[in-house]
Amino acid sequence: MAELTRERPDVAGARAGPHRRRSLAWLGVVPFFAYAVAFLLFPSLSLVVGAFQSEEGGFTLRLVEKLIQPGTLKAYWGSIQLSVVTAALGGLFGLLLAYAVVTRGTPAWVRTVATTFSGVAANFAGVPLAMAFVSTIGFTGIVTRFLRDAFGIDLYEAGFSLYSFAGLVIVYLYFQIPLMLLVITPALDGLRREWREAASNLGATPTQYWRHVALPILMPSLLGAVVLLFGNAFGAYATAYALTSGQFRLVPVLIGQVKIGNVLSDPHYGDALALGMVVVLAFTMLAYGVLQRKAARWQR
Amino acid sequence: MAAVSTRPAGRSRVPWWAVLWLLLGAAYFLLPLFATAQFSLQVGRNAYGLDAYREILQDPFFRQSLAFSFKLSVYTIVVALVLLVPTAYWVHLKLPRLRPVVEFLTVLPFVVPPIVLVVGLLRGFRWTPTWFYGGYLLLVAGYVVLAFPYVYRSLDAGLRAIDIHTLTEAALSLGASWPTVLLRVIVPNLKASLLSAAFLTFAIVMGEFTMAVIMLFNTFAVYIAYVMETQATGAAALSLISFAITWLSMLGILLAARRVGGRQVQIGGVR
Repeated sequence: MAELTRERPDVAGARAGPHRRRSLAWLGVVPFFAYAVAFLLFPSLSLVVGAFQSEEGGFTLRLVEKLIQPGTLKAYWGSIQLSVVTAALGGLFGLLLAYAVVTRGTPAWVRTVATTFSGVAANFAGVPLAMAFVSTIGFTGIVTRFLRDAFGIDLYEAGFSLYSFAGLVIVYLYFQIPLMLLVITPALDGLRREWREAASNLGATPTQYWRHVALPILMPSLLGAVVLLFGNAFGAYATAYALTSGQFRLVPVLIGQVKIGNVLSDPHYGDALALGMVVVLAFTMLAYGVLQRKAARWQR
Repeated sequence: MAAVSTRPAGRSRVPWWAVLWLLLGAAYFLLPLFATAQFSLQVGRNAYGLDAYREILQDPFFRQSLAFSFKLSVYTIVVALVLLVPTAYWVHLKLPRLRPVVEFLTVLPFVVPPIVLVVGLLRGFRWTPTWFYGGYLLLVAGYVVLAFPYVYRSLDAGLRAIDIHTLTEAALSLGASWPTVLLRVIVPNLKASLLSAAFLTFAIVMGEFTMAVIMLFNTFAVYIAYVMETQATGAAALSLISFAITWLSMLGILLAARRVGGRQVQIGGVR
């Protein structure tokens, strides 16, 4: 309610003339900016300080040195690999699914169901998601058992494991594909039917239409969406926590171990790891910003 | 693909490849849910029953963690709306030049994932008194930040759809004060946006695990993780309950948008 009283001076301002009004209008957004600084910017900045601080409070490069140890770098590499693969596959499958949903002929209710379900699935993560896949393709999951009983194919004997890289990819796609569908559907809506008709009137085959018209127009949005998927997978902790019991190393899991585990208790190391994540994500978001600006040119 | 474009305008058949993709997608997304349901009903090797659910419902920790998460989500919704509704309105009305800045700040939580934000909060607020540092207010503060993108985008869509300038001027010229304008003119017109923001925030907080577990709180999601370590069928049952909560929130958004008659606001996604 503080916001309302802060806006009150403007009532007087409105009567005193336009000059005065402009000078006080900014007061209305002070609470929001104060909150964003306190609980978003300040914590992020204190990571920078924390990452270079020793236990006694002095300056140190020890934690940054710890970051570039092979073990830690391996975790970053694992996280990046997982994020790249799930962003690429999620982007591809999400696009195909979104195209199937918006294409002419598909009934409207399919779209409502698909977008609503995607809203749920994109938020479905962590232990419940892990549990769902343990019951599906876990060691005694129904698909595992079905393949074993009906076809004699033993997934786990063939080297597959839900807790391996491939397993994680399959699980992550459960929230990556829906996110892609949600993000890319507006861009697909932006593809006008006239463009396709113009292309085919000029003698273009569907392949040529996609190759020379649709894909170039969609490309910036597609790349932007894939960058978003990358960040989404890179920062995911809950699902990784539930599925990686020390077998496959990921940065968020490592941070969790540092923060709540009793084995490695070096809290400042957690700050350095988190700061490393911010650096990686900042680069991807920079790419996102550039690509979005390009994409905006072709929209509406 | 050619089949689509050559058809005359009007109704056309669903192309075969679209059917194929939709069916494959449905299989991938529904099979795990079905498997979880079946697993949660398993009692012995080949026997089925509601034992897992009964056991869960009798567990006092179930009710405690659910109630705690519910409380957290209500606080988060209240703080996020009180903070963002006046801000979004004011920025749209008077400070259009600040709009990109506010938009940037509200999407920033996408760059700073929960695992990073929670580490930062724990580092930055170390000096605060224990009742704040060790209490759930710091957690709520973090949840509000997580809700920023969803709440702001929903409000932004709602504010774009109505003519706030005319409404505000009409109300002011009739002698309404600013709080009256906001609470009795703008807010009722944003009902669909507010409801969808609230439902979405509810879904996020009810399922949030990362920040809660790092801050050592026993929220609903943390409770599920705890059960998973000891009792698999119970965890399957809880997973379904958790899924149902998210599902109901999304249905709530859909119904809110429909009943109020507004456009459907983009739901979910983008974490």
